[in-house]
Amino acid sequence: MKCLNCDAEATIFFKEVVDGQLREVRLCEACAAEKGFHLAVEQNKLTIANQFIWMAENLYPESEAKVGAVQCPSCGIRYSQFARTGRLGCADCYGAFEAQLKQILRRVHGATRHHGRAPRGADASTLRQRDLGRLREELNRAVDREEFELAAQLRDRIRRMEEEAPAAAEETGNAGGDRDAGSACDAGGTS
Amino acid sequence: MIPIGEMVARTGAWLKTDGPHADRILSTRVRLARNLAGTPFVGRAVDEDLLRVYRTVAAAALATEPFRGGAAQTMNELSLLDRQFLLERHLVSHDLTGDGVARGLVLAVDERASVLVNDEDHVRIQSLEAGFRLEESWARAQGVDAALEEALPFAWSGDLGYLTACPTNVGTGLRASVLLHLPALVLTQRMKQILVGVTQVGLTVRGYHGEGTEVMGNFLQLSNQVTLGQDEEEILTKLTRVVRQVLDWEEKAQDQLLRQARWQVEDKIMRAVGVLRSCRLLSSQEAIGLLSASRFGNTLGMRNMPEIAVLNELLIRCQPAHLQRAAGRDMSSEERNEYRARLVREILGVDDAPEPTR
Ligand SMILES: [Zn+2]
Ligand SMILES: [Zn+2]
Repeated sequence: MKCLNCDAEATIFFKEVVDGQLREVRLCEACAAEKGFHLAVEQNKLTIANQFIWMAENLYPESEAKVGAVQCPSCGIRYSQFARTGRLGCADCYGAFEAQLKQILRRVHGATRHHGRAPRGADASTLRQRDLGRLREELNRAVDREEFELAAQLRDRIRRMEEEAPAAAEETGNAGGDRDAGSACDAGGTS
Repeated sequence: MIPIGEMVARTGAWLKTDGPHADRILSTRVRLARNLAGTPFVGRAVDEDLLRVYRTVAAAALATEPFRGGAAQTMNELSLLDRQFLLERHLVSHDLTGDGVARGLVLAVDERASVLVNDEDHVRIQSLEAGFRLEESWARAQGVDAALEEALPFAWSGDLGYLTACPTNVGTGLRASVLLHLPALVLTQRMKQILVGVTQVGLTVRGYHGEGTEVMGNFLQLSNQVTLGQDEEEILTKLTRVVRQVLDWEEKAQDQLLRQARWQVEDKIMRAVGVLRSCRLLSSQEAIGLLSASRFGNTLGMRNMPEIAVLNELLIRCQPAHLQRAAGRDMSSEERNEYRARLVREILGVDDAPEPTR
């Protein structure tokens, strides 16, 4: 196949999203280098959108059909539609495609949990749940890095938070739960 | 309310000012992506949903302090030329100017704050500054966000934060960008190393016009790639650190350049200024290069250089839709080249009596 830019044989192929349209790009090495794509190819670091489409299609080659058919109960889009367009249909899609999205989030962001601001209206139990999740994640990381002193501190904080709202299992939450860790973050955000 | 087109034509305060490091940093931008809870995302919503989103968001935004005296309009109320004009001004995205129901823009009088409605997400809050002003830019975006969230419930979850149509924006929904001018790194051919280094620390790099990775006129845009797992402060701190690092590299490259090729560099710059002041035909591409060279002259402290604020203004006003609006008519690219050259001479204050007709 010929390069899209000149008549040479194309050796570099990738997909990119331009103006919401997925298109396939093929370039010869010289044209790719000129456009700066050699960087991307060398390091296997495609631009974010490309990377993301690529993943959606390559992560689950065997079970593709099955994964693609998963449907969001709220807006009705299928995973395959998302993989094609890179756009989710509604907020509930995050729950419907959770397993697949987790992998993508890990690759794109290196994380699967939010660490930033909360809207003023967010209720206490949601915030507590977020903070607990965050602390547990930090705890795991500390253990992985063998930072045991830090790990012990984190474990104590988690325990305290759980004790302060004993009825609140992770899922049910507790309306009276404290917002300590949460408000510290929020203060950082609104300063 | 004044139509957006007219408002923009007579203001544009931010681009006439210059901020910290204004010679090396053209602009700072912060964007927050938000969606309304309970409404399908833009790509999946029906027309009535989108119209309702537009009306609700526009009304809520115009009631907030930053948008006092501002304007709101949907894109289909604007001519193609006006849309192109807003695009050149970096006020709207390419997607927003395309066809679609109830895509709209809410714009503050000084253009520093804006809200894009029904772009990729229902709400995209933008804050724009000349120079390196990440803190101010962030503070303003956050102010708009806080004011809007009083009136509009945003889609948010404890695990994933602000929920966006594309998972690449989920979490903080924050994208902060800094547009840098790095002539010395380009001239000493270090740009490639910089690109590699910067992408490795998780930032995204783009050329001046934001499309692809091509570097045009020595301009480079740096922005955060990660929006999830780091809080807003971390994201901004990291970007600031990298920007300072890149500026440092640029300074080192500049020293090296001056040691090795001072007269060649100065010659190139003086010629560029000379061409800007006297040419009769000027293409868009050439203009960007010449303006970049003049900018470098400023950085080097050379005398008789056009001021940074003037260069900023020219960079924007030399674009096709800006020229055609100034002229009040459609122009061929030949005509534009003549008009552009005239505009540049005028803005640079070149005393240029009309040629006697022969
Ligand atoms: Zn080629
Ligand atoms: Zn959905």
